[in-house]
This record gives sequence, C-alpha cells and structure tokens, in this order.
Amino acid sequence: MHASHGSDKAFPDSAFALIHASRAFGATRAVDDVSLAFARGRTSILIGSSGSGKSTLLRMLVGLEWPTAGEVLCDGEPLRRESLLDVRRRVGYVIQEGGLFPHLTVLGNLALLPRHLGWNRARVLERARALAKLAHLHEALFDRFPAELSGGQRQRVALMRALMLDPSTLLLDEPLGALDPLVRHELQDELREIFRSLGKTVIMVTHDLAEAAFFSDRLILMRRGRVLQEGSLDDFRRDPADPFVREFVAAHRPLPDAA
Amino acid sequence: MSVASDKPILARHSRASGVPRCRLRRVFKVALMPWLVLLLWPLAASAQQSVGPTVVIGSKTFTESVVLGEIARLSAREHGVKAEHRSGLGGTRILWRALQGGEIDAYPEYTGTITHELLHDVPPGAGIAVLRARLKPLGIGITAPLGFNNTYAIGVRADEARRLRIRSISDLARHPDLKLAFSNEFMNRADGWPGLRQAYHLPMGARGMDHDLAYRALASGAIDAIDLYSTDAEIAYYHLRVLQDDLHYFPRYDAVYLYRLDLDERAPAFVAALNDLAGSIDAPQMRAMNKAVKIDGESETVAAANFLGVAPEQGNGGAFWKRIAGYTLQHLALVGISLILAIVLAVPLGVLAARRRRLGQLVLGLTGILQTVPSLALFVFMIPLFGIGAEPAIAALFLYSLLPIVRNTHAGLTGIQPSLLESAAALGLPPRVRLWRVELPLALRSILAGVKIAAVINVGTATLGALIGAGGYGQPILTGIRLDSIPLIMEGAVPAALLALVMQGVFELIERALTPRGLRLRAMA
Repeated sequence: MHASHGSDKAFPDSAFALIHASRAFGATRAVDDVSLAFARGRTSILIGSSGSGKSTLLRMLVGLEWPTAGEVLCDGEPLRRESLLDVRRRVGYVIQEGGLFPHLTVLGNLALLPRHLGWNRARVLERARALAKLAHLHEALFDRFPAELSGGQRQRVALMRALMLDPSTLLLDEPLGALDPLVRHELQDELREIFRSLGKTVIMVTHDLAEAAFFSDRLILMRRGRVLQEGSLDDFRRDPADPFVREFVAAHRPLPDAA
Repeated sequence: MSVASDKPILARHSRASGVPRCRLRRVFKVALMPWLVLLLWPLAASAQQSVGPTVVIGSKTFTESVVLGEIARLSAREHGVKAEHRSGLGGTRILWRALQGGEIDAYPEYTGTITHELLHDVPPGAGIAVLRARLKPLGIGITAPLGFNNTYAIGVRADEARRLRIRSISDLARHPDLKLAFSNEFMNRADGWPGLRQAYHLPMGARGMDHDLAYRALASGAIDAIDLYSTDAEIAYYHLRVLQDDLHYFPRYDAVYLYRLDLDERAPAFVAALNDLAGSIDAPQMRAMNKAVKIDGESETVAAANFLGVAPEQGNGGAFWKRIAGYTLQHLALVGISLILAIVLAVPLGVLAARRRRLGQLVLGLTGILQTVPSLALFVFMIPLFGIGAEPAIAALFLYSLLPIVRNTHAGLTGIQPSLLESAAALGLPPRVRLWRVELPLALRSILAGVKIAAVINVGTATLGALIGAGGYGQPILTGIRLDSIPLIMEGAVPAALLALVMQGVFELIERALTPRGLRLRAMA
C-alpha cells in the first residue's frame, strides 16, 4: 500500500497503524503526515538515512513521542496516555546498545518489570532460562553487570528483557548498529531465526539496506519525515517511486569482485 | 575555658510560653520540632534527668560578662538555687531577646547600654529608679549598680601617645591619618563610633574588628587606636594610654543584673542573691578578675569563686578528653540532625527540580540565594524563630545543606543517559517505579557526593553555632579567641578539622557500600 489512504476503520487488523500522524519539534517535522499499517505477525523494516524520521516513528508507536497531529492506533485502538503502560507491556522494545540498566545485573535487568508485576523469583528465573536458550546466552552470565558483557551479549540480554512478558510485538531501534561486523553478522542470523520461530509482529529500524532486505521483504523507506516507498528491495530496484529511492539503493555498493 | 563545657545542649524547652510569637516561628516549629524532638530525644533525655536548673543565666561574649555570669551562678548556688550559666551567648541584642523570650532568666548588663540600646525613649542620664519603672512593664527587673562603671574609652599605645602628644579624644582630630579599629558592636551602636565621631568632629574613618584581636593588632602597630572598656585587664598589660573623654561623651556604664520579674515567684532566693551583689564589686576588683582570666589564664569560675570566697566546682579545667567528647557530641548533633533534615527535604526538591524545568530553576535559584547569606547572619536570623541554643544553629545548618544536595540530586537525575530513561519508560514501568528502581539508583553517586559536601561544610560552619549558644567545637574556639589562648582555640579547631576528614572518609565508605558494583565498573571502564 502507498501512504495516505486512512480513515478510522482502515486498519482494524493491524498491530499498529498511523493515521496522518505528524511529530513536529518546533519548526521541523520529524514525522510528516504519515499513514501506515503494520500487519500482525509480520516483520517490517523502517529504513532511511539518519534524520529521516524512522526512529521518531518507532518511538511514537509506544508513546515515547506523542503525535502533534493525527493518530496512532494500537490493535485498532487510538493510543491514550491512560492505557500507555498496558500497551508498552504488550510490546518489547530494544534500542541500540541495549539500554541495559548499568546498576543491575543481567538477571536484575530481566526481572525488573516482571517483579514489579508480582512474579516470584522462580517464575522469573524459569522464563529467563528459557529465553537464554533462545537467545544463545550462557546462564553463567546472569550475575554479571552490563559493563562486564560484550556488545553482542548486551544485545542478547536486551532482546531477552524485551521478551520476558512474551509480548505480541517487538520494536527494535537499530539493535545491531553498534556491533562489529562479525558479531553483527552472527546476530543477524540468530535474530531472523528468532523472529521466524516466534511469529511475532516485528518492526525494526535500520539504515543498512542489506540488513533490511535480509530480514524482510517489507521495507518502508523514509526521507524527511515522509514515507517514500513501501515494498521489497526488488520493488525499489525495479520501480523506484522517487529519484531518491534509486539513489539510496545505488549508495549501497556491493563488494568488489575478487581479482 | 570551663564554664560552658558541660552544659546540656537542649536543656530548656519546656518553658517558652506567655510571649506572643510571630506566625512564621510557629510554622517553623510545627514543621521541624517533631523531627528535632525525635532525633534529640536521647540527648535531651539524658540532659534532663541530671539537673533541671530552675534559673538560666546568660552572658555576652566577653570575659567580664562571663565572670559576672559566673558570680551570679555561684551566688545562686550559695543561696540554694539550681542555676545554669549559658556563657558567651552573643551580643546585647541576642541576650536582650533571650531574656524577653524567657530563654534566659538573667544576665549582666550596663546602664548605658540599657538607656541607649534597649530603651530608646529614656534620657541618657536616667537613674536606676527610672530604668526600673520603664523595665517593669516589659516583665524585666534590674538590680542596683554592682559598684563599678565600665564605660567605653579610647586607648592608644602609650609610647605612640607620647610621641604624638595625644592625651584626650579631642587630640585625635589633629591626626587624621591614624588608623582606628573598633569592636563591631561599638561601630554600629548609636552611642558608639557614629556619635563619637560627630561629637569630636573626627575626620578619619574606622573599621570593625573583634575586640580581643584588636588588642593584639594595636600592640603590633597594625592599628593606632581602639575602643576599650575601662575595666579591661589588658590596659596595663599592653602599656596603653586611656584617652580623656574631655567632652564627657560616653555615658555611665554601671554594671547591673537584668532579670525576669517572674523570678520573684519562681526563685525569690535567686533575686535576693542578685540584689545582694549590688554595690559589692568596685572597678579595681573587676579589673583584677578580668586580669586573672585573660592574662593569668584562670577560669572565669575560679576568678568568680575567689571573689565570692567560695569553692568552685571540682572537675573544672580537668578531664580534657571528657570535655572534647562533650563538644564532639554537641557538634555531631548539630551536623547530623541538620544533615538528616536537609536530606529529607533536599532530595525530593532535587527530584522535583529535575522533573519540572521551570520550577527547577526557581528551586535552584532560591537555595542558591540561601547560600549567599553570610553564615553568621543566617545564624542570627534564626534566633527570632527558634530562640537560642541548638535549634537555631540546626535550622541555619539545615538551610546551608540544602543547596549542595538539591543541586547534586538535580544534576544526578538530569545527567542520566536519555537512552536509559527511555528504556525504563518503554518497558512499561510506571513513573514512580522508574524513579525508585532506575533513576535514583543511577543518580545515587551524585546525590551522595552532594551530601558529603554538605556534611564537610557543615562541620566547619557549625563552629559558628557557639555564638548563639549551640555549643560544639566553636565553644573552645570562641573562648580561645576571647582569652587569646592558642591552646584553647586548637582544642576546638583541631577536632573540627579531624571531624571534617572523618566525615569525608565515612561518606566515601558509604558511597562504596551503596554504589552498585555495576556502576563502579562503568566508572573504571
């Protein structure tokens, strides 16, 4: 679908939707009149250069930014401040470098929300162990502090923390952006595997086209707060909706052939 | 020093009724008293069960006043009245207010001060009968003169006076380049320097200086003339010439005791004891007592006891460590209580300041302004609200402690990485839980650093508390300055410095214990 054909009942079946949503910071519009729907159980990738508004858009989905115009829908319901905590608990959120709390151990980070919701220790530990298996994290690291982990391990923990309550949706904001290429490659494989096995709605932000195409054939290319084109990488190549799309695709240079 | 060493720090608080009080004071008391009572309970309880003095005598911060206070106390004892002497409380204003407010029951005063400073509509030469009639409606009584006139005088070094041929105050006008330094009280009171300057047409300026330091400055030649009291012990010791008051500018300063008239019912024996002292002390006797204390190093108690021909209490002057322990306890109470109260208020204020930018600027600005109030002034401002003793000092220290703690709490909270705040929010934690489980732990180091700064500064500032009767290490320092005794000054200054170091160390340990290992790791990385 292309941008802007929204009415209130347009996206009853999507996990998240935006209807003519804008987010302005003073005179700049980080997100500018965007209408989009994210289908349940699918992986969508928000892609664009820095400053394109892709992160702001993601943050609007969980109310970290509030639309200055238009609306954000979660499960067909408009996002309201009163129901925000509920929405956030149905969503796992992972940011670049993990956003782990440095004063808490791995297990402390994992347990923070569940304990607040009244889980007992045993239940927390059981869930943490299950997720450790999924995320390939050694249980021996549970007592370590974030400062004692490698970058890759930190992202695994962040993913586990996001999955503790078994949310229906995962939002990831450049989750692999700060990792070195080898670790990044390894984690890309694992993440895609996890997304496939869990069947959750996934919305991920990246600026790397190869990574985007690796994860999904539903890419949303943004520029200056607007959605330029949605589709697969092939769609972008064959039928660019805008000269910038061609430019953006061309800017990702393949490796030179071996001599 | 000896007199004030073992006075309980919160001896009086039951009797403060009868005097109408301003609302602010009540508000402060209502807000702070539960805490004070709670925290001071052990101290207050132990102080009360030993002796409940029936009368409290005050004295000003100079030797003669303290000696007269001791004479009153020992006379009371001889008359079978339990009396406590809160020595060296401050200047005239503080004593006068304390007397009216019932914080003290009696103190030595001078008739000239009463006519010029305390009762503004009385002729300068008014006799005792006139003063008694005027004081009565205020609930204050006055004894007959004790027997000596300790008036103000101007003194210069004898050799200098000879060289410049100065005999009278009028002669000073011929030497406009002479450097004058007067006690702060003399500088400011109507019958002090302003009037003197006008009466004698003196062309030069003058600056304020502590009276006891002024003697030494005069002896060393740093200044040329100072104000003296005619019974000062130092006049002979420093070879000074007392200039003739050829225009009879200075009024009579006959020593008397002022006391609360309700003593007539509460402790008639004490009133009788005070009146018995009338006419019994002449100027040479007073000068001798002053000299015994200031030059010969006797305690005021011994000087007073020798004069009365009675025995001083045993144990005075001895038990060095016990004395130090007493000061330490008082000092720790001042610093500790003010600090705990400050933490209780300042951390929430810091959180509020971090949450609401506009309000935050206001809070930071106000606490900043508090910090600019000179510490001595802040202590004195607290007197109308809390009387004298430990409470006003604690209140002043409390106000001083706010800024570092508010500022560091604010800085600690606003310095948290935005990505961490966002992660906490995105997890779905309610704001209160975020504050307690994420934000405050992350800001803890900064908050503790603020508390540490406040504690160390408080240890130093609390020494000023002695000026308003709060005790602590300031007590020996103050007495040491008064008596020109370096060992006495050290008795307060050295433990104060050590306590500051100990505070620093203790807080570093607390910081280590409370900072999660994860944050220390980050600091090393």
